[in-house]
Amino acid sequence: MAVANIQVSETPLVLYALRRADDALILGHRLSEWCGHAPMLEEDMALSNIALDLIGQARELYSYAAKVEGNDNDEDKLAYLRDVRQYRNLLLVEQPNGDFAQTLVRQFFYSAFADLYWRAMMNSRDATLAAIAAKSEKESAYHLRHASEWIIRLGDGTDESHARAQGAIEHLWAFTGEMFAVDDGERALIHAGIAIDPGSLRGRWLQTLSDVVNEATLVLPQNDWMQQGGRTGRHSEHLGHLLSELQSMQRTFPGLTW
Amino acid sequence: MVRVLDCDSDLRRRAWDAAASVVDPEIPVLTIADLGLLREVVLDGNHVEVAITPTYSGCPAMNMIALEIEVALERAGFHQPKVRTVLSPAWTTDWMSEEGREKLRAYGIAPPQASSSRRALFGAQAVACPQCGSEDTELLSEFGSTSCKALWRCKACREPFDYFKCH
Repeated sequence: MAVANIQVSETPLVLYALRRADDALILGHRLSEWCGHAPMLEEDMALSNIALDLIGQARELYSYAAKVEGNDNDEDKLAYLRDVRQYRNLLLVEQPNGDFAQTLVRQFFYSAFADLYWRAMMNSRDATLAAIAAKSEKESAYHLRHASEWIIRLGDGTDESHARAQGAIEHLWAFTGEMFAVDDGERALIHAGIAIDPGSLRGRWLQTLSDVVNEATLVLPQNDWMQQGGRTGRHSEHLGHLLSELQSMQRTFPGLTW
Repeated sequence: MVRVLDCDSDLRRRAWDAAASVVDPEIPVLTIADLGLLREVVLDGNHVEVAITPTYSGCPAMNMIALEIEVALERAGFHQPKVRTVLSPAWTTDWMSEEGREKLRAYGIAPPQASSSRRALFGAQAVACPQCGSEDTELLSEFGSTSCKALWRCKACREPFDYFKCH
């Protein structure tokens, strides 16, 4: 296991694409862990389908990051040959699947955001990002509907499913603030019309959450303390374990192709 | 000069026809032209470049389709053809041909409806059963055997069926 990590020149645009690519890859990988284990066949297929969409989005974003960077990197190297501290995803998406409720609440928080985010990004002045956004927003709409229906079913289901869904909401809530945070580099991209300000979506995101959570007879937490760190490479312990599995083939057999 | 132009358009049609003959490996009754995946065929001398667009970002059939296009073009006499993927404008089921929709129905897959109501978060859809035609049907799962399909069931004839989702 001695393959060197690659170095990435993280200009603001490279970092921007890398962050979104990492979100999509890590969440997609998490969902793929359900393949063969979901509570029913339909959900096994649904979660694998969503995983596939997300990994597809990740590939486009990695390829673009590599192209903008202009070095020797490509989508595979970016995914397989960066270590934990080089990953830039949200802490939310690396959280373990837990039970089915936790997986669906995590998906619900993310998809409610991604749906708004990619729709707004379709107006980016960067043609490639706008094209990726146009594909991703269509997929996110399905992901959001799927997760929303499950939140309602679990929340308004049995005492057990209600308690688990409410517990998952409380457990994951502190990881949602990071979706709306921007740093100086990204602020410059927003100013240039390349990125959009995620903060401007927070009101609508909360509205989507409230609508669904109310119908589900669940409640959103009132506390607003938020955990951050993923965007700068400070991750929870869970990401390293995930990467050791995701990267094991390339780390063991460098340059392996199927 | 005229002859050269005629010759070019003839060649281009041959290249288009070769690429358009490739079928979707998951739905072999539909060609990539029926699906609206084939976007462009550019001819430069005897060199061909084909542009295709993915249905869904992660559709695993795309690699296979690209390979099959290359093989089809080689067979038609074009050497070292190139296939590139374009993302914009994003693929929509509105690009599926009428003929394609009919072929899908005959194959047992309900064809996509107009995509206007896609945004409704919990919108009701009426999808006719491809077997018996009844509209008394229900959604089982929005995610089916491939990215582009949902799983439905007909309450009249009790048959489950795939619905090619509008996108």
